[in-house]
Amino acid sequence: MNALLATVRRDLLLALRRKSEVLTTLFFFVIVASLFPLGVGPESALLKKIAPGVLWVAALLSTLLGLPRLFAADHLDGTLEQMALSPSPLALLIAGKILAHWLLCGLPLVLLAPLLGLQFALEGQTLFILSLSLLLGTPLLSLIGAMGAALTLGVRGGGVLLALLVLPLYIPTLIFGAGAVEAQSAGLGVEGHLSLLAALLALAVFFAPWATTAALRIALE
Amino acid sequence: MTNMNLINWFRFASPQSFYPLAGKLIPLFWTLALLFGAAGLWVSFFVAPTDAQQGEGYRIIFVHVPASWMSMIIYLAMAFWAGLGLALNTRLSSMMAQALAPTGALMAALSLWTGAFWGKPMWGAWWVWDARLTSELILFFLYVGFIALQSAIDDPRRADKAGAILALIGVVNVPIIYFSVKWWNTLHQGSTINLTRAPSMAQTMLWGMLLMALAFWMYSIAVSLMRLRAIMLERERHTEWVKHALE
Repeated sequence: MNALLATVRRDLLLALRRKSEVLTTLFFFVIVASLFPLGVGPESALLKKIAPGVLWVAALLSTLLGLPRLFAADHLDGTLEQMALSPSPLALLIAGKILAHWLLCGLPLVLLAPLLGLQFALEGQTLFILSLSLLLGTPLLSLIGAMGAALTLGVRGGGVLLALLVLPLYIPTLIFGAGAVEAQSAGLGVEGHLSLLAALLALAVFFAPWATTAALRIALE
Repeated sequence: MTNMNLINWFRFASPQSFYPLAGKLIPLFWTLALLFGAAGLWVSFFVAPTDAQQGEGYRIIFVHVPASWMSMIIYLAMAFWAGLGLALNTRLSSMMAQALAPTGALMAALSLWTGAFWGKPMWGAWWVWDARLTSELILFFLYVGFIALQSAIDDPRRADKAGAILALIGVVNVPIIYFSVKWWNTLHQGSTINLTRAPSMAQTMLWGMLLMALAFWMYSIAVSLMRLRAIMLERERHTEWVKHALE
């Protein structure tokens, strides 16, 4: 457990030294979400209708933007190989890296989303459900994305390939996440969507670090 | 005796001994594909009656349904071979997975394409966001991702292993994606068309479809074996047996 916390602390420290990288992802989220009203027009009824989908897709894309950096620097300077050689299990260290990635790229989106939701004329309870669905969904995005980042590590044209591999796998998360917000604004129950999202998260927490580690070991060979 | 059998089976796990066997099997599967295809087309065009509701346009299902079946079966087969290659480190299994992927992608594309041709006269739209259509589209994306990942990695051993992990992740995700899309679709109540409400199908229609499905099976096996032979030659080009095989 200490190894996991140490990895989280290290990655957070490194990110604090290079703040701009984290902030770029955040501003990407804000800008993409702000482009949609400019594209489709300012009527609040329409905006309210498309808000869940737009905010969720924007969150998904900005998570994707941060993924190539997840392992790239550590791979280049050899830290990843040292991690593979260390006595603590690699899967645990990788879980720590994924957790740090979520704290840097996922959690800020959760906190920022209600603010953007206001721009889309969403109301109190819906804003709350939006944050809740993102709170359950963004760790899932980081976990699934880590598998893709590990598979495309050091590969030609890695960034675009990563999007091609990961985006189809993001579809269930998008459906249940945006679905919860939509159900709330339509006055339906949201428990079903949120429970499914939580179930997917539980599955991914167990399997994704393991699959990511297997993929990383291949890249390190 | 069983020991003998085991040895014989494992003999064909090496490219060197499988290459000539595949060469003998390919004409057989091509012949079967052509025979089943000819019979299937004859039944589907001349024997099967015109559908009371859908007219002549329904005949596209004789291509559409087998293509959809094949696209799903090939993905499973691909993941099976890729997983076997990852677990047992057998060269031939990974080559098999690589050889199956383009045929699978072709079948998924064909299924989407013929589905659009069927949808236009029947539903009045080239595309509806039906659960099956959407998940077939995502299956196509998964195939493209697998092929793209394999071709982006130069070292064939690494390409095999990375592709295998991706194929296995995909296999776990396919049911999740299918059900999520299905529930999403029923929630939105987008299309009122229900593909599962199968009309009582005439016996001859069923026969035509089964014959066509067999033809697609045989075609897929023949083409994959041909591609497999090419991959074997390419990967093993430095070895002695390839030089002999090409003489």
